[in-house]
Amino acid sequence: MDAGEMTRALTRIAHEILERNKGTKDLALVGIRTGGVHLTHRLTKRIEEIEHVKVPVGELDITLYRDDLAIRKEQPILKTTHVPFDIGDRKIVLVDDVLFTGRTIRAAMDGLIDLGRPAEIQLAVLVDRGHRQLPIKATYIGKNIPTSTDEIVQVFFEEDGEEDRVVIWQGGVA
Amino acid sequence: MSFKHKHLLSIAPLSAEEIMLILETADSFKEVSGREIKKVPALRGKTVVNLFFEPSTRTRTSFELAAKRLSADAINFSPSNSSVVKGETLLDTARNIEAMQADIIVLRHPAAGAADTLSRGVKSSVINAGDGWHEHPTQALLDLYTIREKQRAFKGLRVAIVGDVAHSRVARSNIHALTKVGAAVRVVGPRTMMPFGIEKLGATFYDTLDAGLKGVDVIMMLRLQLERQGRALYPTIREYSRLYGLTAERLKLAEPGALVMHPGPINRGVEIAPDVADSFSSVILDQVTNGVAVRMGILYLLSGANQ
Repeated sequence: MDAGEMTRALTRIAHEILERNKGTKDLALVGIRTGGVHLTHRLTKRIEEIEHVKVPVGELDITLYRDDLAIRKEQPILKTTHVPFDIGDRKIVLVDDVLFTGRTIRAAMDGLIDLGRPAEIQLAVLVDRGHRQLPIKATYIGKNIPTSTDEIVQVFFEEDGEEDRVVIWQGGVA
Repeated sequence: MSFKHKHLLSIAPLSAEEIMLILETADSFKEVSGREIKKVPALRGKTVVNLFFEPSTRTRTSFELAAKRLSADAINFSPSNSSVVKGETLLDTARNIEAMQADIIVLRHPAAGAADTLSRGVKSSVINAGDGWHEHPTQALLDLYTIREKQRAFKGLRVAIVGDVAHSRVARSNIHALTKVGAAVRVVGPRTMMPFGIEKLGATFYDTLDAGLKGVDVIMMLRLQLERQGRALYPTIREYSRLYGLTAERLKLAEPGALVMHPGPINRGVEIAPDVADSFSSVILDQVTNGVAVRMGILYLLSGANQ
């Protein structure tokens, strides 16, 4: 997936979010660190261009909700969660770059619900690569990319000083 | 950068990067402490034991709250109501606690080096919550966190630590931590309260408060340990208070906006005047609030190295 495809996918997802939610009323976007946060800012920018409304944006660090903390040798570095609005009764669109096992999304939903009781949680992802280990399904998908489990899918962002693209690494090599 | 220590026994062996990692980790937990539901599942299933051989309310409560907000099980064990009065040794007590599958033991003990001894004898992680006159690492870390939170840069920061430095584990840990991150530390107090060779730790000694406070950015007042009055370190409490007590008038000698800190419990009217303790400059209660977040960070970082 190159920069153009990424841009077009995000534009379509922005329209789909607005269509499904009939506008921006009670809508908020929450990105999962780090890739999801970049995508969230791009989506809200598109939504603003279309509807001339700024939707609230949050950033979620799911580390403390991971299901493998008790079995890891070293604890992963924490980043902060920043959700500067009340999520109660809002329609929350969780945003992540790659949907894989579904465990990150499970953790994100738990983390989100600790902050309040949203009316609804939807899920937007840039890439769905399959191999779910939990019964989780995305509401909005940029692109379905069938992969094998030993492949690695990585999304690069302009915001990190890279060229926008999605790369699939075959056992370590692109 | 990851945290590779199994125990937190003192500040001395930590690098500046490790100290900063602990402070950054605490940021996440500060956010958690501000939520309506102040709990995350990170340490679910882990057991934290507070083993306190000295009276403490603030530190023990802070650790207990920190463990509980991480979803760990926290239990308190103090010698007054346990088998220690029956003659059990520290190590035997700890081994019994360990046999109940404690993952982290938080130890406060009157003997310097107790936490170090304990860490060699048990498989659990050990956190030093104060050992004699040696160190109190979590207090120094929460002090640094508070300074950083108030937007003060550590490099070149002038800090005065005032009082009985010789008998203060808080002072020792803070001197180590502050010098590592680049602050210039002064110790202020009568010669009788300064340990021999304090300059070797990188601190500068001042024997008058007026000179010691001139131009400092942070003032850390130490508690005058009234129970040590019998040791003839100073003639009377009133004289000590007159020479080394922080008053609103003296506070003006420091930089405008200087922070006033105190590890608590404070002796109002002895080392610190009531109007200073309650003033806008005082961050004493911020220190207490931040203590929980910093201890959550430490519990989190140590809980990984247990396997």
